[in-house]
Amino acid sequence: MAATAFPESGYLHDDTPGLWAWIKSWLFTVDHKRIAILYLLSINFFFLLGGLAATFVRIELVTPQGDLMSSDVYNRMFTLHGVIMVFFFLIPAIPSVLGNFLVPLMIGARDLAFPRLNLFSWYLYMFGGIFALSAAVLGGVDTGWTFYTPFSSTYSNSNVILTITGAFIMGFSSIATAVNFIATIHKMRAPGLTWFRLPLFIWAAYATSLVIVLATPVVGIALLLVAIERIWGVGIFDPALGGDPLLFQHLFWFYSHPAVYIMILPAFGVISELIATFSRKRIFGYEFIAFSSMAIAILGFLVWGHHMFVSSQSMYASLVFSFITMLIAIPSAIKVFNWTATLYKGSISYRTPMLYALGFMGLFVIGGLTGIFLGVVAIDIHVTDTYFVVAHFHYVMVGGTIMAYLGGIHFWWPKMTGRMYNEVWGGISALVVFVGFNMTFFPQFVLGYLGMPRRYHVYPQEFQVLHVLSSSGAAVLAVGFIIPLIYLLLSLVNGRVAGDNPWDATGLEWHTSSPPPTHNFERIPVVTTEAYAYPPEAAARDAAEWRPGSPL
Amino acid sequence: MATTTPTAKPAQPHGHDGHDHGVHGRELQHHFETVQQQKETATLGMWAFLVTEIMLFGGIFMAYIVYRWAFPEVWAAAAHHLNTPLGAVNTVVLLVSSLTVALAVNAAEEGKRRRVLTMLGVTLVLGLTFLLIKGYEYSEKFAHCAGYATPISWVTGTGQHAVDECLVPGRAFLFPEAHGAEGAAAASEHGAPQPGLGSPYQLFYFLYFVATGLHAVHMIVGLTIVSILTFLVWRGMITATYFTPIEIGGLYWHLIDIIWVFLFPLFYLVH
Repeated sequence: MAATAFPESGYLHDDTPGLWAWIKSWLFTVDHKRIAILYLLSINFFFLLGGLAATFVRIELVTPQGDLMSSDVYNRMFTLHGVIMVFFFLIPAIPSVLGNFLVPLMIGARDLAFPRLNLFSWYLYMFGGIFALSAAVLGGVDTGWTFYTPFSSTYSNSNVILTITGAFIMGFSSIATAVNFIATIHKMRAPGLTWFRLPLFIWAAYATSLVIVLATPVVGIALLLVAIERIWGVGIFDPALGGDPLLFQHLFWFYSHPAVYIMILPAFGVISELIATFSRKRIFGYEFIAFSSMAIAILGFLVWGHHMFVSSQSMYASLVFSFITMLIAIPSAIKVFNWTATLYKGSISYRTPMLYALGFMGLFVIGGLTGIFLGVVAIDIHVTDTYFVVAHFHYVMVGGTIMAYLGGIHFWWPKMTGRMYNEVWGGISALVVFVGFNMTFFPQFVLGYLGMPRRYHVYPQEFQVLHVLSSSGAAVLAVGFIIPLIYLLLSLVNGRVAGDNPWDATGLEWHTSSPPPTHNFERIPVVTTEAYAYPPEAAARDAAEWRPGSPL
Repeated sequence: MATTTPTAKPAQPHGHDGHDHGVHGRELQHHFETVQQQKETATLGMWAFLVTEIMLFGGIFMAYIVYRWAFPEVWAAAAHHLNTPLGAVNTVVLLVSSLTVALAVNAAEEGKRRRVLTMLGVTLVLGLTFLLIKGYEYSEKFAHCAGYATPISWVTGTGQHAVDECLVPGRAFLFPEAHGAEGAAAASEHGAPQPGLGSPYQLFYFLYFVATGLHAVHMIVGLTIVSILTFLVWRGMITATYFTPIEIGGLYWHLIDIIWVFLFPLFYLVH
């Protein structure tokens, strides 16, 4: 696996005669790898945009007074942050970028089952994004990303319909990707690649796709009803007609709670890959990790009521929802314990992706455990709508999904581009992100427990120390996100040529060249062993071959 | 993961260039190995999409359950004002169209091109008939709001002020019995708002218009698909060995039918 010349026949290579032909070769491509790159660029654009909104929110919160923006502008700013980050970054990030790139490669297929549908899903995503952006440009939305009725349907004077249309269209982009994954994983696996030889990333992508197909249309119809209610002036969430605003919350969370598993399940898949590769061991409890993904996907549909403990939902319903919320902690914990057991006596190398994976485990444990606090009705009522909740879901979404997303991008960057990034800067940025993240969000647990409500732009004097700590942490975090942007882009120009398998990993994607040819494999491989079949002597061999600067 | 080189398969790279379409039909896309695999994949994809569609309507059905539970008398009274005979005719029309689609699939399987064309044509006519009847029902409701008994008298402008009801949700909404003693009692029993603020009768008609409207949108999509299928058959792109488009298009059409089979009793027959 000595690195040789950069392959000329990769999917990135083009022999188009002119600029227009080159643009067309990208915008009308049906190659899943090119579509993944399109997604990578657009999703990172939205991430930076959402991050910009978060920056303004954090700057405003440096002082107790509202001196940067009015409460109304502040409402629009955190809504912009929430809508963009949830609908246009977190939900599509790992499935659409890494999933699109890796699902066919990992199962030994030449493409996804429906390549044109795949391209269509990217256009839907962009189209939805344009709606959401135009809403922001025309003055923004002030409902929060949850669009609660009757505020969103009757009272808000902001661009609710445009934003809802954007989220609605983006939902169908997810559905298209999910339908594609389900059909591909069922029908297009390479010969010999049985279900229990699949990489765990594929299991995670499969579970995620099931959740997307079952849940997304429900939020679609709920948002559609809100839009019709606003346009027509009458509707089914209007209490004046005998309608029930809580019905919206039920329909919304029926999607939006499973949606947090749409965000975290693919992240679990990425982490399983990283932990196994950089421990040089077969993963501990493969079947348990695979089935815990499925268990999370199923149980995830039965816990939405824990977002509604303070609504007029029945107390007995709340207790049941609370109980199932406890249950769903079990499969999540199974994963963490299995990863830990994989590390045990592994030959661990602290490369950048592994640093992100280890960071993920720490942050996800904190995020998950505080989720159990919030699943207890009594504690939840005490901290409802405080920064405790904000800190909890940022630990899961940012500490979980974004850490895994960045780890995955680093891990498969050599495969995607054919070049290695700068390992020193990679390690530095992973540490900066970890430190900045904890500095930003840990104070928010304290703030919330002391009673600081979310979505306020002014606050009592005594909270200022913690808010300043959080805002300065956000600055560190921003630096941590900008460093990879720079060195990853630079690696395209002067990065070392990676070779087919720079990590010495198992997995079919490492059997083809980096970057892979358009049709992925010269010939379709036949799989004869389980995933993660690292030989027992792999660790010893790594140790013998180690020298400063070697990839492992 | 350890791999071996396939021995049974021809060692030819399966790319675009130099790809020999003579081995199998032109319709086999480059990323599938066999026709059978392509067909199974397409069918599975369609089924997954149908699940999504069912969940989309599921949200409306959920809202229906909640409000029917809250206002059973209102639902029973409101359903009387829908045109049940026309709804029943539409149900028959759609069920027959499902039969013709099934016959089209069967004919395609046997390679009888002319019969496929006939069956798809009949399906198109039936689908359009459904939409026309549905459109007439809608316009009846709008004509009542304008004060005319039927859409025809609305167009000709004869006999205004013939009816005193307006079942299109909105400011002008007027449910005749809601102003009688019986209706008001029914409404106030359930803690409904004061008269003048609105009435739960609107909820029924809102759901009716949204559910049947969304169904009509699906009908239009379905008709577009059937038109495309007809075109494909006419151009000879569907053969006895390759008729997957007809099959999965047919699946979609059956789904639209099934949704109507649920909508019809839920709205027209609940009294």
